[in-house]
Amino acid sequence: MTSAPRGSAQEQGRSEYGVALFLAALGLLVIVQALLLPESRIVRGPVGPAVVPLVVGGLLVIVGVVLAIDVKRGGRGEPEGGEDVELTGGTDWTTIAMLAAAFLANALLIETLGWVFSGAVLFWGSAFALGSRHYVRDAVIAFALSIGSFYLFALGLGIVLPPGILRGIL
Amino acid sequence: MDAFGSLMEGFGTALTPTNLAFALLGVLLGTAIGVLPGIGPAMAVALLLPLTRGLDVTTALIMFAGIYYGGMYGGSTTSILLNTPGESASVVTAIEGNKMARSGRAAQALATAAIGSFVAGTIATLLLALVAPLVADLAVEVSPADMFAIMVLAFIAVTSVLGSSRVRGLASLGLGLAIGLVGIDATSGQQRLTFGIGELADGIDIVVVAVGLFAVGEALWTAAHLRRRPVEVIPVGNPRMSRSDWRRSWKPWLRGTAIGFPFGAVPAGGAEVPTFLSYVTEKRLSRHPEEFGTGAIEGVAGPEATNNASAAGGLVPLLTLGIPVTATAAVLLAAIESYGIQPGPQLFDSEPELVWGLIASLFIGNTALLVLNLPLAPLWARLLRIPRTYLYAGILFFASLGAYATNANVFDLFMLLVIGALGFMMRRFGLPLLPAIVGVILGPFAEAELRQALQISNGAIGGLIDPLSVVVYVIVALVLLWPLVRLLLPKKGVHVPVLDEAVHEIEEAHHHHGTTDAISVEARAKQDPDRP
Repeated sequence: MTSAPRGSAQEQGRSEYGVALFLAALGLLVIVQALLLPESRIVRGPVGPAVVPLVVGGLLVIVGVVLAIDVKRGGRGEPEGGEDVELTGGTDWTTIAMLAAAFLANALLIETLGWVFSGAVLFWGSAFALGSRHYVRDAVIAFALSIGSFYLFALGLGIVLPPGILRGIL
Repeated sequence: MDAFGSLMEGFGTALTPTNLAFALLGVLLGTAIGVLPGIGPAMAVALLLPLTRGLDVTTALIMFAGIYYGGMYGGSTTSILLNTPGESASVVTAIEGNKMARSGRAAQALATAAIGSFVAGTIATLLLALVAPLVADLAVEVSPADMFAIMVLAFIAVTSVLGSSRVRGLASLGLGLAIGLVGIDATSGQQRLTFGIGELADGIDIVVVAVGLFAVGEALWTAAHLRRRPVEVIPVGNPRMSRSDWRRSWKPWLRGTAIGFPFGAVPAGGAEVPTFLSYVTEKRLSRHPEEFGTGAIEGVAGPEATNNASAAGGLVPLLTLGIPVTATAAVLLAAIESYGIQPGPQLFDSEPELVWGLIASLFIGNTALLVLNLPLAPLWARLLRIPRTYLYAGILFFASLGAYATNANVFDLFMLLVIGALGFMMRRFGLPLLPAIVGVILGPFAEAELRQALQISNGAIGGLIDPLSVVVYVIVALVLLWPLVRLLLPKKGVHVPVLDEAVHEIEEAHHHHGTTDAISVEARAKQDPDRP
């Protein structure tokens, strides 16, 4: 077993109870929502719309409980490895927050500013978050990608991405 | 030879200049994207899904066939040339392949992988062409009750992969099924889990789910644990093999095909088990067992052939029953469904041109893979040097682009981030992704079959039971209760030594790559009785 500095077994165990809780809570939500479904007027067949959600919700609640028991007995989920993944350090939350910000910026700007800008913001921001400090080169690549994809989709696939403030220019 | 005639017609469909061009483009794009570290075949297909939107169905599927094989092969190139352990599907290739590459035999490792993939893929596709119509013929007789039972079996099979935690598999399945419930229920018109949000009424688009889980989740997860040291890429020339390499490779290729195809065709949960099985078999049969662990060519040839054969085998249940057994097949199913085509027993009758065109293009894709990949290997190796900042920024960029382009709706972008966060959590806590994606895609169909079966029987629960479904449920029960069943069986005699060893190797590999003690209590309890 390799050492896991911050994520000591105990700490990992605590956060795994969070997963169990999440599953159980989601299960309850599914169950409650199914029970609150109004009586259907056009129902066909003996199985109504609530049956399967009740089963799925029940499954989630049971799995949540069993997972908690498994964690209590010492079971641990295995974090996924990968070519570029180094699991010995802790989770880098700053990077995640910056990536999420870049991602949301794109979602908020895509229809007003247009894909060319919002997509470039997304790429540039993500590259920055991941540690790139070649500001100009990143910007050039970002715009090349967003403009290139705009034309690829428009000409190749017939899908027009939002032109935003460049309407009429592109 | 009915299948043969149909196959020839399929070649007629696939060999038109346009379709041939798209098949080649698919192989190129699939390999290029699959080679990129961190991008597995499932993500490659998910990311390229939106690109095929403007195409005619048959052409799009033919392109996907290319992407499917290309992505698979790209992944093994990565694990041979990168000096770091890769994702689970190519772990086995990395064991010997990477050792070979480090001792200066990268070209031979890549060559045996490429030629082995070609041999296995061709034989397995031929088997697919022979077996699939027979299965489809049988499956036409299958009632909704049986279909429901088979889907339940598929759910259980993908959650109970050997050597992994069953609870976590079920948790993942539950999450997927819950996502699949969102939207208006088709039979009653009731809104389920939409919470009054108009955009959720049609359900969460499968492209958003697939791209979110595989691409955004992976990018976020990797970003949080990015290896900051420069990676070491092993340089490679043109792949070639000496006479002794050929002599040592051809039997593993054939054995790999024999192991891979049936495992792929039976929903047994992914490519990991058969590839490990092949590795262990080759280790036992090799004349040079001492080379295993230091770079034995058999250890690359066998598992790579197995991987490709099981990919082709996986198309049998996918095309004949509409049931995916690997994550990549699940995304492929979503792609087919997005054209309004429901794979299933009727597909061979209703869309013969499409099915046989697809199967024929698998042959073409396979050949293209061999022709392109041997000379292009040095180029692929260069792709591995792409700066990681651009790679993961690019994944987020193309993921957003694809998700938005699908429905031109900003809501999908927010949903994509939510699903991405879920994918992050699942990776963090070792919840496998396969059951979730299968649950999302198959869940609604399983519900429809269940309702139809009970409607036929007028609500009597007995309507779910007939001879075939009973057999299937018995298998489900055996799989679920395996730890208990195993205790009842006599200790000696029932163990298949090769299988035990394969499970052991899988656990070793996980143990080696994970930081924590990986396998859950349940799995450990299972393995204890074997230990002296």
